[in-house]
Amino acid sequence: MEHLLFYGMGALAVIFGLLVVFHANPIHSALALVGLLFNTAGLYAMLSGEFVAVIQILVYTGAIMVLFLFVIMLLNLQRDALELHRIGAVRLVGALVMLLLGLRVALLLRGSGATLFQTAAELSPGFGSVESVGELMFGKYLLPFEAISILLLAAIVGGLVMGKKKL
Amino acid sequence: MTSVPLDYFITLSVILFTLGGIGVIVRKNAMVIFMSIEMMLNSANLLFVTFALHAGTPQGHAIAFFVMAIAAAEAVVGLAIFVALYRHSNSVFVDDFTDLAETPEEHYEAL
Amino acid sequence: MENVYLSNGIVWILLWPLIGAAINGIIGHKLPRKLVTFIALAAPFASMAQAGYLFTHLLHDDLPLYQAVFNWISVDGTSIWFSLMLDQLSGVMALTVTFVGFLIHVYSVGYMSHDPAYSRYFAYLNLFMFAMLTLVLANNLVVMFIGWEGVGLCSYLLIGFWYQDEDKAKAGKKAFIVNRIGDFGFLIAIFIFFYFVGAIDYTTLKQFFAGGVPPIMGMTIATIAGLALFLGATGKSAQIPLYVWLPDAMAGPTPVSALIHAATMVTAGVYMVARLNFFFVHIPVAMGTIAIVGGLTALFAATMGFFQNDIKKVLAYSTVSQLGFMFMAAGVGAWAVAIFHVFTHAFFKACLFLGSGSVIHAHDGIQDIRQMGGLKKLMPKTYWSFAIATFTIAGFPPAAAFFSKDEILWRVLNTHNDVFPALPFVVYALGLLAAFGTAFYMYRMFYLAFSGESRAPAEVQKHIHEAPPVMSWVLVILAGLSLVVGFLGLPHVFGPNLFENFLFNGALSAKVEAHGPVWLELSLMVLSVGVALGGWYLARVLYKDAKSTTPARLAEKYAGIHRVIANKYYVDEGYFYVVIRPLWNFSTFLWQFFDQWIIDGVIVNGGSRLLAFTSLHLRRMQTGNVHSYMAALVIGSAIIVFLYFG
Repeated sequence: MEHLLFYGMGALAVIFGLLVVFHANPIHSALALVGLLFNTAGLYAMLSGEFVAVIQILVYTGAIMVLFLFVIMLLNLQRDALELHRIGAVRLVGALVMLLLGLRVALLLRGSGATLFQTAAELSPGFGSVESVGELMFGKYLLPFEAISILLLAAIVGGLVMGKKKL
Repeated sequence: MTSVPLDYFITLSVILFTLGGIGVIVRKNAMVIFMSIEMMLNSANLLFVTFALHAGTPQGHAIAFFVMAIAAAEAVVGLAIFVALYRHSNSVFVDDFTDLAETPEEHYEAL
Repeated sequence: MENVYLSNGIVWILLWPLIGAAINGIIGHKLPRKLVTFIALAAPFASMAQAGYLFTHLLHDDLPLYQAVFNWISVDGTSIWFSLMLDQLSGVMALTVTFVGFLIHVYSVGYMSHDPAYSRYFAYLNLFMFAMLTLVLANNLVVMFIGWEGVGLCSYLLIGFWYQDEDKAKAGKKAFIVNRIGDFGFLIAIFIFFYFVGAIDYTTLKQFFAGGVPPIMGMTIATIAGLALFLGATGKSAQIPLYVWLPDAMAGPTPVSALIHAATMVTAGVYMVARLNFFFVHIPVAMGTIAIVGGLTALFAATMGFFQNDIKKVLAYSTVSQLGFMFMAAGVGAWAVAIFHVFTHAFFKACLFLGSGSVIHAHDGIQDIRQMGGLKKLMPKTYWSFAIATFTIAGFPPAAAFFSKDEILWRVLNTHNDVFPALPFVVYALGLLAAFGTAFYMYRMFYLAFSGESRAPAEVQKHIHEAPPVMSWVLVILAGLSLVVGFLGLPHVFGPNLFENFLFNGALSAKVEAHGPVWLELSLMVLSVGVALGGWYLARVLYKDAKSTTPARLAEKYAGIHRVIANKYYVDEGYFYVVIRPLWNFSTFLWQFFDQWIIDGVIVNGGSRLLAFTSLHLRRMQTGNVHSYMAALVIGSAIIVFLYFG
């Protein structure tokens, strides 16, 4: 049962991914990305990462993608010709190498990943909940947490500055 | 725990990452390039969460959370720059922004 | 060191001239002329006084004085000291050098009085005294070499003193370069000695060769060393094949020619051979070579003086010839006789040169003897000094050269050489003919330059006057000494040879006796006097009467021979075609090939062009295009992943 779920969501993810990359109209690409993100949130849920799943939907889809869509609509971007036939040699090589790299990394991770960590025999009951992540966040990772907030502050300031009419 | 083997998730993650990479290389619309980057980040997140479950620690979740925050910040600034660029040269295509090239008149086509 | 006395004063013989040279050289041009003169004369005078004072020790004690000044080179256990030794041999040489040197300094005050570079001249001259005295007073071969090179340097500086004239500068260069070839031989010998003996000071070398050439070194190597040393001597002392610089060296001021190229520097080769007598005596091949080369040079140079018209050139060839005599003596083991000839030669040759300087000075710079004459009444002191010196060099008794030259010929005939059995006779014949030639060309020059009536241009004739006292009295002193110093070295038949006995008290050890019958010795003396008379008479017949056309007619009749001799046997031209031109072409080739093409073209320019080319193409990475960068990024990561993880 779970396998079927996984296969379905996986296939959807890949289809959405392809749409993002290869669709001519940027709005459609953006919407495909939104779909992909929802999909991924579902996968997180399957992996017992409920907190991350919800955060994904709230932050990633709800904020970042909305921002993307706003900008696309603001600039009134139209379809653009993909012109795949005019790819230069270097880019083609790069794309192929990308594939190879992906293959290699996959093999690496599959081969060694299973032995990288000890498989937990049992999960703690609150695994994946807000509390478990919160404990980490305000405990061990307090400093990175605060740093992230400063980063967001910087991003806000940057965004404001870049958005001015006259720099 | 899920009964789906670990490897399947890894494979999926790598497929999405590769697609994203190809998207950056192939497309010339800056917006789509951006979105492909987000896709790559997302696939990385998937991998983190997968291993978090495998190892049984919530650290993977925490890291995924951080990654999302950073992706947000990056999107903000990136899009702001993008809008400024668009205002300046009225084009969204990456090919047109080659001012850092060695000689401007030798406008190198995308190789 | 056993058997020596330690002294602190020897180094001052060297230092006074060095100090004088330094002061006059560095600030002399700012000082008033009288002060420059004082310093320039005080330095050699102090040197002479110091040498004389220390020399008196040797008159009552045979052991030499020794001074180790400082440890110069200290490497890996061995050390070479800058050490000096005053023994009979070096003492005699030092006294000659300082005394004649001082007189010539005095003469120069008059001769160079009109020259603007007055202080530079005396600085160089003092520097020369320092170098020559270093050479003479050295206690080991390396310090001698310092002096050897130093006198070569000063010779260059002084020959090319009026360097604005390109020919004079070239003469200086020629002297230095030819000398260098000789120096190479000297160095080879030093290396051989150091390698086989382990030291290069005279005491150690003397012990090493005490019983002949040790088997470690072997006769072959020793002969090579001996011949290499002689090569150095031929360079410094102007023997065949390296004499060619000496006639050109006449481009320098006349007192320089007198001091360096007559009295002192050129005798350094003879001194060196005498100094190493304990070594040479065991090497018959080297000795024979020295004697034969000396004899050949003596005759060869004498003939070249027959037809020279420049008064200084005649004297230059005469010097080469007389040096040949000295080497003849050294080559047969008559060390003391050779040094005795050095001693007497210093006086009469200096007198001749300075006299010629006086004549040139009076004739406003004319040096051609065909344009002189009639000086008996106009320049009496010069005339009579020159006459006495010419009388001396021709070999007439009782003047000094008779005793020294005659003794040389006698010893030559009495020697025997295992390698060249005919040597005594061959060399004697060469020497006798050379003596004839000497008398001939010297009297030819004397008659043409001094007797008859003046053939100088009219304006010059008006100014002919005797030299100022500072110059003419030096001439008188030297001429007088030429007459008397001969008695220091009497042949055995007449009395004790004070000179030789003195030297053999300590410095010289390998005594080679002459065992001829007395009647033979006396008859040979008569023969040499006869030969001298013959030369004089021939010259008188041909040249006393300046209007005679006999010389000209004879020159026409034997035009071929005359031309060859007058052109010095075309030796200089020979050297040019055989040595200089090929070297020049080779150097030009090297310059064009290596320097211009390879270094400039390939390495320097090529390097930069390669760089430019590479960067031109590397620049193409900077496309400014995001896609290319991303592709590069991916490719790079792939490389890392594949390299690291296999």
